Amino acid sequence: MDNFDLMKILVGTSSESDYENKQVIIQGITGSFGSTHTRLMKGYGTNISAGVTPGKGGMSFDGIPVFDNMKDAVETTGSKITGIFVPAPSFLSAGKEALACGIKLIVAIPEHVPVRDTIELFELAKENNAKIIGPNTPGVIIPGTMKIGIMPGQPFTKGTTVVLSRSGTLMYEVSYNLSKAGYGQRLCFGIGGDPINGTNLIEALDMIRHYDDVDSIVVVGEIGGDAEEQFAEYVIKVGYNKPVIAYIAGRSAPKEKKMGHAGAIVYGNYGSAESKFSSLQKAHIPVAKSPAEVPTLLRREIRR
Amino acid sequence: MRLLEYQGKELFRQSGIKVPRSTLASSIEEAIKSGSEIGYPLIMKPQLRVGGRGKEGAILKCMTEADVANKFDDLLHTKIKGELPRGILLEQAIDIKEELYVSYFLNRSKRCYSIIASPEGGVEIESTKNKIVVDVPLKGISRETAYRIANELSYREVVKEPIANIILNLSKLVVEKEAELAEINPLVISTDESVIALDSKIIIDDNSLFRHPELIKYEYLSEQEFQARKNGFSFVELNGNIAIVGNGAGLVMSTLDMVSDEGGNAGAFLDFGGSATRDSIFQALKLIAGLSQIEVILINLFGGIVKTSLVAQAIFDGYKEGVISVPLFARISGSESDKAKEILREGRARMFDSVEDSIAAAIEAISPKEKKVHG
Repeated sequence: MDNFDLMKILVGTSSESDYENKQVIIQGITGSFGSTHTRLMKGYGTNISAGVTPGKGGMSFDGIPVFDNMKDAVETTGSKITGIFVPAPSFLSAGKEALACGIKLIVAIPEHVPVRDTIELFELAKENNAKIIGPNTPGVIIPGTMKIGIMPGQPFTKGTTVVLSRSGTLMYEVSYNLSKAGYGQRLCFGIGGDPINGTNLIEALDMIRHYDDVDSIVVVGEIGGDAEEQFAEYVIKVGYNKPVIAYIAGRSAPKEKKMGHAGAIVYGNYGSAESKFSSLQKAHIPVAKSPAEVPTLLRREIRR
Repeated sequence: MRLLEYQGKELFRQSGIKVPRSTLASSIEEAIKSGSEIGYPLIMKPQLRVGGRGKEGAILKCMTEADVANKFDDLLHTKIKGELPRGILLEQAIDIKEELYVSYFLNRSKRCYSIIASPEGGVEIESTKNKIVVDVPLKGISRETAYRIANELSYREVVKEPIANIILNLSKLVVEKEAELAEINPLVISTDESVIALDSKIIIDDNSLFRHPELIKYEYLSEQEFQARKNGFSFVELNGNIAIVGNGAGLVMSTLDMVSDEGGNAGAFLDFGGSATRDSIFQALKLIAGLSQIEVILINLFGGIVKTSLVAQAIFDGYKEGVISVPLFARISGSESDKAKEILREGRARMFDSVEDSIAAAIEAISPKEKKVHG
C-alpha cells in the first residue's frame, strides 16, 4: 500500500504549529489565471507563501513574494506543495523544476497538457516519492480550511464525506447537492479529465480510506478508460465497508467522440458507461441517475 | 485527432512501414486514372473517421475499370454510420498468406504505452484470446523486445526480421508524432513473403498538435468545429434538435444524459470552458445558430465565480442582435441570479433554478410541433 498521507501534507497534524496552515507555492502566479485564483485561494484561507514567474522575481503580488524560479521560492519558504497554473506547453518544465527542488505534492491545474508530458512527469514524481494531482483538475479543497485550485468556495461545506471527481463542474454540482442535503465534505479531490491522471481513483482512495473522520465517499466518474472499473474491483479487494456512491456522466454520448475532456471517449465497450455500471454493481456501489440523486442514495446507504 | 486510413499510411510510408500501392480519388475520372496505374484487381476503400466499414460491406473489390466506374459514385455518396466518406482510397489487391495484428497504444490504467500483438489479424482484437501485451518505455521499444514480439507472431524465420522492423518503425512513429494509438489490422504476410500494413488507424494526441505543424494538414474541421477551436470550446455535433451548452465537459455530459432520460435528443454538445464571459457565451450562441437541426437551446451553467448577470446579458444581446431565434432555456446558478432573471424577463429566454425544470421546459417547447406532425 501507498504510504502517502495527503491530509498530513495538506494540513499537517494538530500538534504542529502550522496545522491547517501549510505553505503553498503558486507557479504562474502573475498570469491572469494564476493571479485571479491566487486571490481567491488566499481569501479562502490557503497559506500562499510564494509565487513563481520567471522574470518577475523580487516583485510582490497581493503581499506574496514572487520569485524567478522554484529553487529560490522553495529555499526561502521551505514549502512542499505547489499549485501549477502555467499554460499547458510550459507544464512539463514547471513540474520538473518543482520536483528538482524537493516538492512533494503538485496540484496540476492546466488543461490540454500533452499526454507524453504527463507520463514523463508522473515517472519523475515516482522516482522522487512525490505525488501529482491532475493535470486538467479543478484541484483539491478541504472545505472550511483551504483549497488549491480553481473551484468556487460556495458549493462546499465542511463535513465527513469525500468527493473524488474526474470532472470539475460536476464536482461542484455534486458537492452543492450534498451540502444542500446536509452532507458536508471532508475533502473534494479533482482526479482530472485527462486519460492519464497523476493520482488515479484507487490511489485517491488509498490516501483517505484510513481516516476515521471520513464516513462516506462519492465517486464522480465519466465515460472513457477503466478507472471506475478498477476502483470498484479495488473496493472489493480491500473490503472498504463505508458507504460509497457513484455518479457516471456520459451514458448517452456517442462512441468514438471525445466529449470535451481528453479522457472522455468510448472505444467499443472500453470506457462505456455500461461497463462501469456493471463493475460498480459487483462492488455494491449504487449509481445515481443525476447529480441531484446523489444525496438521496447516500442517505439510503448510510442508514443501512 | 483520428487520421484517415490514407493519412495514416502516408505516415507509415514515411516511417519505413510497407503499405500497398494506393491513391486517393474523389471523382470517377480520378479513380479510373488511378486504376490504370495501380492495376486490376484493386480494392476501393471509403475514407472515414469511424470504424467498421468492412462489416458494413463498404470495402469493394473491383476486377475491371468498368467495375470501378459502376461502383465509385455510390460508394462516395453513401453514409456509413452517419458519416460521408472523404474520398475513396484505391489500392492494389494483395495475395494474403497470413494476417497478423499489431497495435501500439496509450495504456490508461498502467499509465504507459503498450503493444498488443496477435497472430490472428483482421478480427476485432477484443474477441481474440491469442494475443500478447507488452508495456514499453516512453522513449520507445527496444530492438530486443521487438524481436521477441516478432518471434511470438510467426515461427517462420523469413518474416521475423521484417515484422520486428515494422514494430520498431511503428514505435518510432508513435514517439515522434505523439500518437495515442497506432494500429495495423491486419498486418499481412503476402504470398511472396512481404510484410505489409493493409490498414492503418492512428490517433494523434490533440494536445500535442502545437508541436506538430506537419500534421495540421490532416485536420478536417467543420465550420462549427473551427469556430469552437478558435474560441477554446469543446464541441461535438449530434443528431437531435436540442443544443446543450454549459461550462465544463462533465456538466454538459450530465445534462445530455438527463435530456435523453426525459425523451429529448441532443443536437449539440458545447462546453465553453471554466471561465464564462459575456463574449464567450455570445460566441457559443453564434456557433449554435449555425446548426440547422437545432430547435431549442438549453444552457446549464454552474457558476460561483461567474457572474450570472453577464451570461444573461449575452443571451439578451443574442436575441437583440438577431444571432439566435430559437427558444432558450437556462439553468444558471451563481451570484446575481436575480439580476439575471430581471434582464431576461421579456423575450424568448427563460431562466430556472434547477436543471430538471429547464430540461422539462426545453422538451415541452419541442413537443407541440411534434404533436402537430403526428396529428
